[in-house]
Parts: sequence; C-alpha cells; structure tokens
Amino acid sequence: MILTLAWLLPLLGAVSLMIAPQWGETQARGFGMLVAALSLAMLVWAWIGFDPAGPLFQHVLDVPWVPSIGVGYRVGVDGIALVVATMSALLFLAAIAYPVDTQGQPRQYYAWLLFLMATSLALFVVLDLLLFYVFFDLSLVGMYFLIGRWGHGQPQLSALTFFLYTFAGSLALLLAIIGLYLSLESPSFDMRQIIAQQPLAGDGLYAGLVFLGLMLGLAIKTPLVPLHTWLPQAHVDAPGPASAILAGVLLKMGTYGMIRLPLAMLPATFARYAPVVAILALVAILYGALVALGQRNLKRRIAYTSINHMGYTVLGIAVAASVSDNLAAKQLALTGATVEMVAHGLITGALFLICGSFWQRTGEYDLAYYGGLAHQAPLLTGLTVLVAFASFGMPGLAGFVAEFQIFAGTFAVYPWLAVFGVLGILITAGLFLDFLRQLFFGRLPAHLGRFAELSRVEAMVLGVLGLAVVIIGVYPRFLLEVIDGASTLLIGGR
Amino acid sequence: MPLGDLLPELVLLLGAVVIVLFAAFAPQRRQAGAVWLALLALVVAMGLGARQWGLPPRLTFAGVWALDDVAIAAKLLILASGALVVALSPDWMRSDRRHGEYYALCLFSLLGMIMMASAHDAMELVVGVLLSSAASYPLAAYHRGFPPALEAAMKYFLIGALANALLVIGVVILFGLVGDTDYARASDVFQTGVDPLALSVAVACIVMGLTYKLGAVPAHAWMPDVAQGAPAPIAALLTVAPKIGAAVALARFVSLLPDSQAWPVIVALISVATMTLGNLAALRQTDLRRLLGWSSVSQSGYALMAIVVVGSGVAALPALLAFLVAYAVANLLAFAVVTHLRGRTELAHYHGLARRQPLVTAALIVALLSLVGIPPLVGFFGKFLLFEVTIAAGYAWLAVVAAFNTLVSLYYYLRVIAVLMFKAPQGEVQVLGRWSEMVLLGTFLLLILVSLGFEFLQAVLAPIALAG
Repeated sequence: MILTLAWLLPLLGAVSLMIAPQWGETQARGFGMLVAALSLAMLVWAWIGFDPAGPLFQHVLDVPWVPSIGVGYRVGVDGIALVVATMSALLFLAAIAYPVDTQGQPRQYYAWLLFLMATSLALFVVLDLLLFYVFFDLSLVGMYFLIGRWGHGQPQLSALTFFLYTFAGSLALLLAIIGLYLSLESPSFDMRQIIAQQPLAGDGLYAGLVFLGLMLGLAIKTPLVPLHTWLPQAHVDAPGPASAILAGVLLKMGTYGMIRLPLAMLPATFARYAPVVAILALVAILYGALVALGQRNLKRRIAYTSINHMGYTVLGIAVAASVSDNLAAKQLALTGATVEMVAHGLITGALFLICGSFWQRTGEYDLAYYGGLAHQAPLLTGLTVLVAFASFGMPGLAGFVAEFQIFAGTFAVYPWLAVFGVLGILITAGLFLDFLRQLFFGRLPAHLGRFAELSRVEAMVLGVLGLAVVIIGVYPRFLLEVIDGASTLLIGGR
Repeated sequence: MPLGDLLPELVLLLGAVVIVLFAAFAPQRRQAGAVWLALLALVVAMGLGARQWGLPPRLTFAGVWALDDVAIAAKLLILASGALVVALSPDWMRSDRRHGEYYALCLFSLLGMIMMASAHDAMELVVGVLLSSAASYPLAAYHRGFPPALEAAMKYFLIGALANALLVIGVVILFGLVGDTDYARASDVFQTGVDPLALSVAVACIVMGLTYKLGAVPAHAWMPDVAQGAPAPIAALLTVAPKIGAAVALARFVSLLPDSQAWPVIVALISVATMTLGNLAALRQTDLRRLLGWSSVSQSGYALMAIVVVGSGVAALPALLAFLVAYAVANLLAFAVVTHLRGRTELAHYHGLARRQPLVTAALIVALLSLVGIPPLVGFFGKFLLFEVTIAAGYAWLAVVAAFNTLVSLYYYLRVIAVLMFKAPQGEVQVLGRWSEMVLLGTFLLLILVSLGFEFLQAVLAPIALAG
C-alpha cells in the first residue's frame, strides 16, 4: 500500500494540477513540491520498514487485473529497487523545487513533472512485467512533452528523436517480454514467478533472441555505446530540471531493468554473453570519457560523462552475471552497480541543475564564454566543485564507494577490463578539473560582471543533493545494508 | 423460428425503409428528424443483437447465415460505430437542406457490413459486399458541390467496381469447383481434393475482393481520398466499419481452405505490404485527414496479422476482435475531433490547437497515442494480443515487422501531436456545435473506459469461435 501511494500521489497531483483553476507559478510549484515530498516520505517509510535479512521482495501487494492473460497489479521492492526509487523521488523533489522559466504555463509544466515522477517510481516498484513495460513507455511520453514544450535550441526535433529512438528500444523490449511470457507453462507476467521458474534456462536460440531483445531495449535506454546517439542532443535541448531527471532517473530504468529482467530471469544466457556486455561497457566507459573531454559545450560534456558512468554500472552488472564462481566478487560488483546508480543520479542530477542555472542566467552553454566566476559566485563554485569531485570518484564522496566496489569486483573476474576501465576514471578526473578551471578560475570576462550568485532555493536544493552525496560517501552502510540483501539473493540464487 | 434469428438485421432494414419514406414526404425543415429514427433503429438492433450473444454457435437459414459470437461481436461493433457516426452527423449535415436519405444510406451500408461478417455462403458474402458498397458510394459523394468529395467517391467507385467484379468472378469459379456456394459444402469438397490451380485463382479473386472493403493492399487506394474528401462523419464510418465486416469475412473464408493453398503466407504478405505502405505513405502527409486515411490502411495490415494465424490453434479471433474494438474507438474519436472542428483538414490549421481547445486536443492526442499502441490505452492491448498470437503461432518475423512499422507510425503521429502542442496558435478555432462536442466527449470517455476495463472486453471475447 505504501508503494502504491508513492506513485499514485504524484499521478493524482498531476491530474489536479491539470484541472486546477488559474494557479500561478508559486502555487503550482508549492503544490508540486508538497506532493513530491509526500511521495518521498512514503518511500522513506517503506525503507524504514524494510528488513534487509528478509525475503527478496517486500511490501508486496498483488491484485489481479486482467487474469485471463496473467496481468496483475503487483508491486513490491527488493533493496535495489527501493534505493533507486527513493533516490528518484528525492531527485524529482529537487527538480520540482528548482526554479525554472515555465514560459507562462506553470501548471502544465509541474503537472508533466509529477506525471513523469509517477511513471518513474511506478516502474521501479512494479513486479509485473507488463506494467513494467507500460511505465517504461509512459515515461517517454512525459519526457517528450517536457523537452518539446519547455526545451530550447531545437526542442521539437530533439524530443522527436528522443521519443523515436527510445521507443524503438521499447518495442524490442516488448517483443522479448512476449517471448519470455510465452515460454512459461502457464503464461503470466508475474516477475516473481518468472524468476522462480527460470523458463528459458539452457534454451539455445530462443533464449538468445529473448535476451537480445531485452538487452537491446534496455541498452538504448541506458544508453550503452553504440546506442547512445539520442542522448546528447536530448540533454542539451531539455530544460535543466528535465535533464536532471533524464540523466538521474530515466537512464536508471535501463540498468535497473538489466538487473531485474535479464540478470534475474535469464542468468544462464546472460552468463554466456556477459563478456560481450562487459566489453561494450568498457567501450562506453572509455568512449564516453574521451568524447566528454573533447566537448566545448557545458551540458554536452556532462551528458557524455553520463555515458561513461552508466558504463561503470553496466560493467558491474556484467560482472555479476558472469560465469565466475567467485560469488563475493560478483556480489560486490552488483552492489557497486546499484550504488553507482544512486550516486550518478544524485551527482549528475545536481550537475544538470547547475547547467540549468547557467542557462537561466546567460543563455549560453559554451565553456569558453565563462571564466573566473569563483569570486563572483562562491556558493555556486563550492557546490559545483563538490559534485564534480564526487563525479570522478573522489574518496569520501558517493562516486568513490560505487566505483571502488565495481572495480574491486571486476578485478577478480575480468582483471584486464578493470585495468583499462580505471583509465576512464583518470580521464574523467581530467575533464572535470578542466571543466572547473574554465568555469570558475582565471580572469572574469567583462560580460559576466553581473552574473548572479545562486538564489536561496537553488542553493538549498543543491545543498541537499550535495549533502546526500557526502553522507553516502562517508557512511555508506545504511545504503549497502539494504542493497546487499538483494544482491546476495540475486547472485546466490543460482 | 429462423426469421427470429435475423431480428437485428430486419430492424435495421425496416428502419432504413421508414427513413426513406419519411425523407420523401417530410418537409425540408423536418428532414433532420430522420436522425432519431436512425438512432432508434440502431439501438433496438443492438439490443436484439446483444440478446443473441453467448448461445452456442450455429448456422441458420439452411446454413447460409452464421450465428456465432464472432459474427455477433462484429455486428455489435459495426452497429455501435454506426450509432456514433449517426450521432455525429446532424450538426455536420445542418446546412444541407435535404438530407433525410443520408441516414437511410448509412443504415443500408451498415446492413451490408453485418451481412459480410455473418455470411456463411459465398453468394451471401457477395450480396453483403455489394449492398455496403452501393450504399457507401453516394455517402462519400454526398456533398455533390465539393470537388474533392466527387473525386474521392469516383475513386471509391472505380476501385470498388473492379474489386467487386473480381470477387464475383472468384465466387463463380468457386461455385464451378464445388457445385455450391455454401461454405460447409465447400469445406467438405476441399477435403476430397479439387483442382489446386483453379482453387488458387478463386481464392486470389475473393481475397482481392475483400481487401477492397478492408482497405488493404492492393485495393487500398480509395482510403486516403475518402478520408479526406467525404463528409467527415462518413470518413469515420468508411475507415472503420467495412473493415470489421471484411476482416471477419476473410477469417471465415480462409479457415475453410485446405493447407495446400498456403494462404497464411499470402495473407502475411498482404499484411506486411499493407502496413508498410500505409505507414510510409502517411509519413509525408501534410493533411490530417489524409494522414488518418493512410494510418487506417496500415491498421488494416495489423488486423491481418490475426487472420494469418487463424488456423494455428491460437486465440486469433479474440485478438482480432479486440484489436478491431481498439482501432474502431480510437479512429472514431480522431474523426469525431475532425468533425467537431468543422472538418479542418490541413495540418497547418491545427497549429497550437492545445491553447485554444485543450480538451479537444487532449482527445485527439489520446486517440493518436492509442493508435500507436502506447500503454495503457486500449490500442496497446489490441496490438499486444496481435503480437502475442503471431509469436505463439511461430510468426515472430511478422511481429518484428509490425514492431518496426509501429515505430515508423509513431513518427507521423508525433508530428501531429507536436503541431498541436508546440506551435503558436493561429486565428480563431471554429467548432461545429454542442451536439458534436457531446458525442466527441462521449467517445473520449468510451476510449478511457475501454482502456481501463480491458479485462472485461478480453473476458467477453475470449471464448468466441466460428460456427460450422
């Protein structure tokens, strides 16, 4: 029931905003924040009631919906889903709170954000394959309107590309889901049942095709090189908070899906192709980092670091899926991948919000346009430095916890990949230091003389996200405890 | 008593005749009253049709008329679509001083479509096709002073004449082979073996004749023109209702055929060609009604997927009917919007409609998203069932082709949505009237209800099977 409320509240909020009378900017935003905070509170409550030593899925609710084809309203979370959902709710609250130019349509803007929040949270908590697909698709619709209506540059083109490209992925996913569904003896979309029955274990070509379909759909969403080409443009043209959601939440749907679907339901097939996936992940890590280094556009650079970071996550998942019998290493990698999802969501979410602040002030993303802002805007500088350091894995911050575990696990299973993968961290460190230098140090150009410091709301939102990054970095136990239960069961269940 | 088996059809016929008489004698300012007669006939026919539901499948009238749940489901769907179209019409036809016959023609055309769905005899099928065609030609050309309507009707008529001639030739050859037009008898004779070449010619002719009513390749070319040029309510009717009757008729006919005819392959190829052509042609359209016309060509292609696997032991017919329900509601809603907006057709005239008419825009967007198959709208469930039955029957490649086509179709539907939502509004938006708005909102509500209550639809349709 708690989980249902967590996603239903934002949906009801979205509907009431749509039909609300002439609400202004402040009222609409206040209402959106209230609803998002309530939803976050529900997830926190679910977290408090979660027993890490208990069964895999908890807070389960199962209501038949279309029994004739085995669809039901089934929700429940394991540790992985719970932390990702909670992080998403926090990020949505931050995105809604963040001031942005709503172009005279505040109600619609906040309604779409709440709608997107509802679909995203629902995706993480459902245990029904068909509903998973439903929310996977609906999240595209929400993001499409956010980019197309409130974006800048060529928003409609970017929104269209985004929708078409990722919809192609979800169609592959749909076909694979149907294939998986038909392979059960009594067809059902109950994820728990599929995980328990393992219908395609050891099935040659058929299992391979289903796996391919699932991975194709999820890899486009993640995105994994070479299927990443929709991402940079969508990010650049989206409004800041929508970018934060896109990177922080929507990309997680891909990697979360990889854990929930192929890893849990087709472990034997995944194990066979794990090296391929791991190599692709390595390519994404290095390619994402190198291309990010070459970007002159503020937002594009961060967009490409997302590809790099999601590469770490996929690497962790591939290690967890590999045939190796070093269970400890595999579990470590899976836990690391989950922490990376949380860390990347918070860090990159914050970075994109910062990009939004730059755009609101100057309407310019070119790095060369900026410089010497450290004196002008010390608070902005401090917070950006904090999240940038966290992003390249500075010890004591969230990114380090994640990357350390992923590489420790990888080293035991694919030592060479770990060696090359670490190069990615090096490049990322370089590119972020360069990024900070160009923005904040050196001489202040004359045209930036009136550049405004962060407003109170902006500083508070970024402060909360930064605080979460520090807490996870310093005291990750509260997070790891919850995740470990799930990753042990997922790895040891074989 | 066999006559009782035909009560819904008889009521429809009676209604049509009464309207003809009424239109002949009523003064011009009373002509619009015919709409009440038509609605009454449709509602009574629906009620009588619903009473036939759930009985064991059987044949009646010496085996020429199938009374099974497939036919009844199709009948109810056709009647419901007809009722919606009739309800949309009075506001549209207000400016036409003499239009009582319009409603009679609608009823005749619906009657023909119902005959197609129920025919268990090749001659019966021919009569159904001809009746629905003959009544539809004047409907398409009802605005005789409007050149695009005349062009559309001319195209519709010429293609129809050719396709119907082929159909009749096919039936004649079939009769020559079997010695009867009855399907049951034909099925028996096929078991003992007939000249495969002659049978192939007959099958080709009959299938081609039916593709005309279905709006499928190769006889699809009338669809976009009719969608663009015919009166908007009639465009709604002709893009939806004949398809339902023809799809069921085709399913019924192909299930008779012996395996040696390789009909699943032929239908699969028609399906692929139809959906691909429809979608590719819709890509560059700058006219919303034409775009909807091409989109309904492509939707015929999806519907054919279920017919491909109708003999494979999977639940193909429930999937087909569920898809047709989903398609009918969404397409009728889209055309209801077009009608309510006085049939505006250029995509450029839809710029920024969301600012001027938020609710109407929402209805159109939901209709389009349902046509793509975005969950949880009913269109998704319809497509999902089609994918499921084709993959289960071993036609995974067909499902993959359909998935690609869905992707292509998303592009042009999104183009419309982008125009509605993101462009700056231009000028005032003229709408038709209170009545058409109510029908529009009612259809919108219906779509939402069917989406949420898909379980009931699915449960109702699950046991349907063909008679005989």
